Amino acid sequence: MSDVTLRSDTDIPDSLLPEEPDGEVKRHVVEIDSHALNFGPQHPSAHGVLRLVLEMEGEVVARAIPHVGLLHRGTEKLIEYKTYPKALPYFDRLDYVSPMCEEQAFALAVEKLLNIEAPDRAKWIRVMFAEITRILNHILNLTSFGLDCGALTPALWGYEEREKLIEFYEAASGARFHANYIRPGGVSRDLPAGLEERIANWAQTFPQWIDDLESLLTSNRIWKQRTVGIGVFTTEQALAWGFSGPCLRASGVPWDLRRSQPYDNYDKVQFNVPVGRQGDCYDRYLVRVAEMRESVKIVNQCLEQMRPGPVKVQDHKITPPPRREMKRSMEALIHHFKLFTEGYHVPPGATYTVTETPKGEFGVYLVADGSNRPYRCKIRPTGFSHLQAIDEMSRRHMLADAVAIIGSLDLVFGEIDR
Amino acid sequence: MADAPNLPASQPRGVTGSLGAISFRLSTTVPGIICAGIEKGELVVRTTRDRLLPLMAMLRDDPLYACQQVMDICGVDFPDRAERFEVVYNLLSVTHNHRIRVIVTTDETHPVPSVHQLWPAATWWEREAYDLFGILFTDQPDLRRILTDYGFEGHPLRKDFPLTGYVEMRYDEERRQVVYEPVDLVQDFRNFDFESPWEGILTLPGDEKAHTDRHDIKRKG
Repeated sequence: MSDVTLRSDTDIPDSLLPEEPDGEVKRHVVEIDSHALNFGPQHPSAHGVLRLVLEMEGEVVARAIPHVGLLHRGTEKLIEYKTYPKALPYFDRLDYVSPMCEEQAFALAVEKLLNIEAPDRAKWIRVMFAEITRILNHILNLTSFGLDCGALTPALWGYEEREKLIEFYEAASGARFHANYIRPGGVSRDLPAGLEERIANWAQTFPQWIDDLESLLTSNRIWKQRTVGIGVFTTEQALAWGFSGPCLRASGVPWDLRRSQPYDNYDKVQFNVPVGRQGDCYDRYLVRVAEMRESVKIVNQCLEQMRPGPVKVQDHKITPPPRREMKRSMEALIHHFKLFTEGYHVPPGATYTVTETPKGEFGVYLVADGSNRPYRCKIRPTGFSHLQAIDEMSRRHMLADAVAIIGSLDLVFGEIDR
Repeated sequence: MADAPNLPASQPRGVTGSLGAISFRLSTTVPGIICAGIEKGELVVRTTRDRLLPLMAMLRDDPLYACQQVMDICGVDFPDRAERFEVVYNLLSVTHNHRIRVIVTTDETHPVPSVHQLWPAATWWEREAYDLFGILFTDQPDLRRILTDYGFEGHPLRKDFPLTGYVEMRYDEERRQVVYEPVDLVQDFRNFDFESPWEGILTLPGDEKAHTDRHDIKRKG
C-alpha cells in the first residue's frame, strides 16, 4: 500500500462508471451535442502556449476561441525603461525562431529617427542574415507542420540543416539564437574570416535539401490528404483579417515588403515572389518551400555583391568604437562608456517601420521623445492577426484539421504574446 | 496610380509622390480632419473620435485610398495631456502600396468607435488597447482582456503603472495553489536620470537668442 492516494473512485459520478453487463448486447443511439474541448496550453501541436477552447459538435469544430497571453512578458513596457541599445536584445526573444529579422525592424526604426544609414557592407550582411533567418524559420515551421500531421522524418532532417545555419549565426554574432547582431547603425561586428566561403558552400548544397524535403512531402498523398483544401482563406478574407507574409501570398496577393517597400539592400537583389492560388494549408506550405529557394538565391547575390568596408556608422556616439582605439584614445573610451550606460538620445518623432520577416509583416511603431529611452515601442507581431482568424479558418473542420491549420499559420508565441 | 507590387525598386522607401497628393487631398476635401501631413516620410492623419468611422470607411472603400488592411492599432499614453491617450491606426493599401496612419485622441472615459466592422482584424488590436491602456471602444462586442493574466487588474502600459506591477505570483506549497502577493522587491527599482546638466537645459537663461536662426530673424524683420 502506498501512502499517496492516487485517486478515490468514490468521487466519480455514477454516470461515468461502466455499466454492469447484464448478459445481452444493448444498442444505443448516441446523440452528440456540442461540448467544449480545451486544446493546449501544453499540447505539442499548439506550438508553444496556445490555449484554444474548441466548441465541438462531435468531431467537428463549431467555434475556436484562442486564449493568448500565457507568454506575456511585458516586452513593450520593459523597452520603455531601457536605453535604445539595451532594448534591442528583447527583439531576439520575441520571435525566437527568426531573431535577426526582428532586430532589423527595430534597427531600421531607430535609424530612421536618428536619420542615419548603415554602410553598404552592413546592409549586405543584414540582407544575407535576414534570408538565412528566413530559411531557419521556414525549416522549423515546415518540418514541425509535417510533424503535426504525422510526418516525422522532415523534422529529423530539418534540425540537422538548421544546425548549420545556427553555426553561421554563432560565427557572426557569438550566439546561436539571441544574436543581438543587427544594431542601429549597422551590425555589431564584421563577418569572421572564412564565413563567407562556408555560407557559399552551404548555399551550393542546400537546394538539394529542399528537393529532399519536397520528395518527402509535396507529392505525398497522406500529406496532401491532410492539407489540400484545409483552412481555405480567400483573398478578401486574408486582406480583411490583416494577413501578411506567406499566408497572404498563399491567398493570392502578390505582396512582399522586400519587393514593394524595399529596405536595406533588397532593391539590389533579384528574386521572385511565390504566390499561391487556393489559400489552403497546402498552398501556404508550397509558398514557404518556394521562398526558401528564393532565399538561397538572395544569399548568393549578397555574397557576390558584398565588398569589404565598414560595417557600422563611424559616429561613435551611436556605435561603439573599436577596442583597439579605446586603448589609445581617451575620447573613444568616453564614447564607449557613455554608449553602454547612457546610450544615445533619439530626436523626437514617431515611425512605423516594417520588415518582411519570415512570418509576414513585423512592424515597430516607435515614439521617441528626445531622451535616451523609447517613449513607446509598439511591436506589431505577425502571428497575432493570423491567430485571430483561426476561428473563421477552422470552422466546420475536423479537430485534426485545426491542428494542420495551426501548423500552417506559423505561430510563435514569443511574438504574439510579447 | 502605380501598381503596388511592381514599383520601381529605386524609389525611396515610403516617399512616393502620391503620398503628398493624398495628404493634400485629405486635408482639403475631407471634413473633420484636424491635420494631415507627412512626418518622416509617413502620412499621418489626425482626426476626432466622432469623425473616425466615416473617415475609416472612406479610406477603405474609396479607390483613391483603398486601404484594404489595418495592420496595427495601438495606444500611446501621454499623461500630461488633457486627453491622455492616442489611438494609432496603421492602414495599408496593397494595391496602391501606401500606408496611412490615422490618430485619434481619447481619455479613460470617452470611448472610441470600433472599426471591427470595417476590418475584422481590428477586434484583437482593440482588445489589446483596452487591456494595456484601458481605452474603451463602442460597439465592440468582445472587449475582453487579451494579453494579461486572467483576473488581472490595472492597465500595464499606462505611464503611471509601475514597471514591476503590483502583485507577484508564486506556487504556495502549503496551500497547494498559486497565490498572488504584493510585489516585494529586495532592492528598489533603480531609475537613473541620464539627463546631463549640460544637455538637459537646451537654452540657458539669458541665452535665448543663441539657437535662433539669424535668417529667420531677418525674414521676420
